[in-house]
Amino acid sequence: MEKILVGLKRVVDYNVRVRVKGDGSGVETDGVKMSINPFDEIALEEALRIRERGEASEVIVLSIGTSESQQQLRTGLAMGADRAILVSTDDTLDPLTRARIFQSVIERESPDLVLLGKQAIDEDNNQTGQMLAAIWGRPQATFASEVTFDGNTAKVTREVDTGLETIEIDLPAVVTADLRLNEPRYVKLPDIMKAKKKPLDEIGLAELGVERPPAIKESAFAPPAVRQKGIMVDDVPGLVSALKDKGLL
Amino acid sequence: MSNILIIAEHDCSTLNTSTAKSVSCASQIDGASIAVAVLADDASALAGQAAAIQGVDKVLAISHDANASPMAAIQAPQVAKLAEGHTHVFGPSTTFGKDLMPRVAALLGVNQVSDIMTVNGSHAFERPIYAGNAIVSVEAPTDAVVVATVRTASFKAAADGGTAEIVETTIDAEIPDHTRYVSLQSGQSDRPDLQTAGKVISGGRALASSENFDIIYTLADKMGAAVGASRAAVDAGYVPNEMQVGQTGKIIAPELYIAIGISGAIQHLTGIKDAGTIVAINKDEEAPIFEVADIGLVGDLFNIVPELTQALES
Ligand SMILES: Cc1cc2nc3c(=O)[nH]c(=O)nc-3n(C[C@H](O)[C@H](O)[C@H](O)COP(=O)(O)OP(=O)(O)OC[C@H]3O[C@@H](n4cnc5c(N)ncnc54)[C@H](O)[C@@H]3O)c2cc1C
Ligand SMILES: Nc1ncnc2c1ncn2[C@@H]1O[C@H](COP(=O)(O)O)[C@@H](O)[C@H]1O
Repeated sequence: MEKILVGLKRVVDYNVRVRVKGDGSGVETDGVKMSINPFDEIALEEALRIRERGEASEVIVLSIGTSESQQQLRTGLAMGADRAILVSTDDTLDPLTRARIFQSVIERESPDLVLLGKQAIDEDNNQTGQMLAAIWGRPQATFASEVTFDGNTAKVTREVDTGLETIEIDLPAVVTADLRLNEPRYVKLPDIMKAKKKPLDEIGLAELGVERPPAIKESAFAPPAVRQKGIMVDDVPGLVSALKDKGLL
Repeated sequence: MSNILIIAEHDCSTLNTSTAKSVSCASQIDGASIAVAVLADDASALAGQAAAIQGVDKVLAISHDANASPMAAIQAPQVAKLAEGHTHVFGPSTTFGKDLMPRVAALLGVNQVSDIMTVNGSHAFERPIYAGNAIVSVEAPTDAVVVATVRTASFKAAADGGTAEIVETTIDAEIPDHTRYVSLQSGQSDRPDLQTAGKVISGGRALASSENFDIIYTLADKMGAAVGASRAAVDAGYVPNEMQVGQTGKIIAPELYIAIGISGAIQHLTGIKDAGTIVAINKDEEAPIFEVADIGLVGDLFNIVPELTQALES
């Protein structure tokens, strides 16, 4: 295949303990470490491996967001992507709008495969890939843990609640990465230098003329109910009697 | 008035309890009329099960060969057609619903409310974000259909005893052939189902091998519990993926959860927040799991677990 398009979302790093702002207007993101969404890193790693096996010739990374997302695109280029596209906007976008943006980039680039993460760990939506596949009118293979190609079709193993499901899809298609698809490589310093010379195109959101659906309004943010720290027992008999006290044995 | 359509999840012979949980979520919307759609190769028996769920007013039975295995690309155009005349379309927030519902939403031109945990009104909901570290109140537009997934751990299954009417339905939707089902590989087990069990015992990286996991199985069998695992244990290949509990595994709400040799990473805790009682067994007294545990025991699991199993025998 020719091209693989990979989505990279800039999100709060997964190691950060996210806190809700005191006034409930959102979560604290000032001065917080930002990274590539971990599932997107896995999606990119998979795309690179497909290219390195000689099954694809170009890997393009796409991010939608403010100019700060250039950082994540540069990391993607350092990992090995060939070029990057930033669709720049200061607006907070909903998944359907993002899917429509992907669709309009697809119309320009005609990729054979779009690899996304299964979900962005900020909003935990788990929607964009499925929505894109719907408006593109193409197959979707979500929660992928293994992908193999045979000509114009792909076999994808999916992590589902009941186990591992395998489906066969025609290309082009959307595949979303689950955690066990692969383990992403580390970026080496020389690669970071090289990445500075790779092309990074910026397209203003307005240029794409994407129609915006009615958004779901987020009216208030609250911290979750906290569980109280309980008791410590000293030994197994202590545990057994504590469980009996609660009527659990 | 709210006219809610729920998409049933099933394995072709039995409805998944996620369906009755979605019904119980929908029932919290005032004056809701609830229809359940069953898409299968032969939907008749399943439709009977759906009709028996309390709160269901109508069951739409859609029998079609293409529905022999649930695939989003095939079901979504059918569900989008069925959505006509409904104010809401709900599915469970299981891998089935997560795969299907956003595809339906996009076909209907709307965004999706993912993981409803609280219903505040016909268009007002609460949902978790940032692995459950924040809860956001959302309002869906009132002039469009609401497509949503229901966080099943937040709702009790609606009881049986209903007698809804069953309507055999045919849908005039174009079914694509670009997506084909191949196979399902699932670790057959006689143990209780992880997602519905009252008691769950999970093992973590500390188990160190799949052989060592036997001590967890033995204890679980003694207690009639289902067995789960942390991501580290799954990644290391000690147990199959469907046993993973957490943000990217199963979100569960058993009465009793016992975490053995699990450190308590936020992504793991996301999956067990709604458990009744959490017990932690860990040799490190500083392990974060003790911050949320109702009962904690510090020590070596390789001594504690066999001792506990034996204590339960006598
Ligand atoms: C995007 C993302 C999603 C994730 N989703 C999930 C998810 O869904 N579920 C999940 O579980 N994780 C998930 N993780 C991984 C998570 O961050 C942790 O890495 C993982 O939960 C750790 O598993 P663990 O507790 O078994 O291992 P560790 O963190 O290594 O903990 C092992 C524990 O065992 C204890 N121990 C060791 N030996 C003994 C002994 N002999 N007796 C008693 N105790 C002992 C240690 O003190 C330690 O606390 C996710 C991570 C990311 C980045
Ligand atoms: N702003 C964005 N820029 C690039 N990719 C995105 C963006 N938002 C979502 N995606 C992709 O869509 C996947 C699913 O996101 P979500 O539906 O928000 O959970 C992510 O893992 C990314 O691969």
